[in-house]
Amino acid sequence: MANIWVIFKRELAGYFTTPIAYIFIIIFIFLSGIFAFYIGNFFDRGQADLTPFFSFHPWLYLFLIPALAMRLWAEERKGGTIELLLTMPITMPQAVLGKFLAAWAFTAIALALTFPIWISVNYLGEPDNGIILAGYLGSLLMAGAFLAIGSCVSALTRNQVIAFVVSAVICLMFVLSGFPLVLDFFSIWAPEFIVTAISSFSFLTHFEAMSKGVIDLRDIIYFVSLISFWLFANAVLIEYKKAD
Amino acid sequence: MTAMVEISHLTKHFGAFTAVDDVSFKVNKGEVLGFLGPNGAGKSTTMKMITGFLTPDAGTVTVGGDNIANSPVAVKSRIGYLPEGAPLYSDMTPEKFLHFVAEIRGMRGTEKARRVDEVIQKVNLESVVYKPIETLSKGFKRRVGLAQAIIHDPVILILDEPTDGLDPNQKHEVRSLIQSMASEKVIILSTHILEEVDAVCTRAMIIANGKLLADGTPASLAAKSPLHNSVEITIRTDNPDPVNRELEQLNGIKSVEKFKTTDGCVSFRVYSSTEQTPISLVNQLAHDKDWKVENLHVETGRMDDVFRSITTQQKTTQQKVAS
Repeated sequence: MANIWVIFKRELAGYFTTPIAYIFIIIFIFLSGIFAFYIGNFFDRGQADLTPFFSFHPWLYLFLIPALAMRLWAEERKGGTIELLLTMPITMPQAVLGKFLAAWAFTAIALALTFPIWISVNYLGEPDNGIILAGYLGSLLMAGAFLAIGSCVSALTRNQVIAFVVSAVICLMFVLSGFPLVLDFFSIWAPEFIVTAISSFSFLTHFEAMSKGVIDLRDIIYFVSLISFWLFANAVLIEYKKAD
Repeated sequence: MTAMVEISHLTKHFGAFTAVDDVSFKVNKGEVLGFLGPNGAGKSTTMKMITGFLTPDAGTVTVGGDNIANSPVAVKSRIGYLPEGAPLYSDMTPEKFLHFVAEIRGMRGTEKARRVDEVIQKVNLESVVYKPIETLSKGFKRRVGLAQAIIHDPVILILDEPTDGLDPNQKHEVRSLIQSMASEKVIILSTHILEEVDAVCTRAMIIANGKLLADGTPASLAAKSPLHNSVEITIRTDNPDPVNRELEQLNGIKSVEKFKTTDGCVSFRVYSSTEQTPISLVNQLAHDKDWKVENLHVETGRMDDVFRSITTQQKTTQQKVAS
């Protein structure tokens, strides 16, 4: 536990010693605002909720989270510091978790900094803050799943651009599998249970319910097991590909 | 007493390529072991397996009684390691980086602060502790790498090419640092600078193509040189032939080689046919004949000759086997 904390601290501080942190946070807040206000018609809808704000999060995360996760292991490989890190008296799960949790905490900070929109909606009307909290929780869980995928892919290469592109594509598949357009394509010919299986793998399906305030244990289990699976794969891949 | 580091039948393949091939040895406290070998010989791979970064395909690594396969964390906590090229988190400052390493090595509070200060002083980093590592010169980066390797005062220190790419002064500093720690630790270092082995190592191993080819003190390795115990004599003369003849007629002389002629001086190398060096005979002869001797000394043997003959010998035998 102590080792996870030491790695966590170093990683999180690392975001803020470079401009990455500030650029990421500014762009995240700016884009989530634009999407909510202009594309999501935050004002015209006349409803006191944050649905237009949350509904764009999967699409924002689609390119922002891989950008955040691409450096996690690829940079260690490129700089050779992976050798330094993995010859310290720590275990592989500690290293993987420490790095992942730091990146996740960082997205939590970025997400928390969107609080002005929550203040706005409370100022303008009387929203159900429980629903909003559930939305934030769902968004954070989804971000964790995106990050776990990004971290795992980053472990495969020393090239951050490759890590970014590949994890963005994998994330896209996880998002699209719940998109009506994609599901329609399958529902024409595939039996019902396949369509359900595909859509049940989607971030959208599980996130939508949470962003509307429904905290279903199955959605939480979905995201947590997805994160666990990708982090496990991450640890295994590093173990096997340490030498390259 | 059991050896601090015990390697047995260590083997590692990368695809079809055998990087380390059945290497076994033991190292004890107080020894400074130098790995010598051409590039790609398997020195770094061996070190990576001892430090637990790579998992061997076969064989065991035992450090302080613990097998690395069974208790990797215990083994890693006893080892200080400077990987090749001294990789560091370049966006950190040395101060932050060393605090990080100290923490991950289990130090906290005042003990941590004390150790960080100590190593900063020991490797002379005071002037750069608050500058990002990426802005530092190569010499300083290497020192930061050394500092992180010794911060927990490890019993075993493994240094992969610690002086590579440093200028002569920096090399000297690193070597003095190694020597100052030698008595209380096991130090394993790799190098392809042969003079370095003479300067710091108590024991040298020659590795090529993944195989351990020679193991001994630097002096005993140098003694394998054909030049070992030969006498080099330089005489001021215009007519070297009679001198050559006189030298050849000495007792117990195998051969005489005239190897250099400069500015009216001629240098000969006199090889003995026995174990004894013929220096007294040569000296007596020079005295009797009243030669103008400019230089006279016994050759102890040269490591680079031995190195070249051992490592190329192996290559030719391999080629023969292959064809």
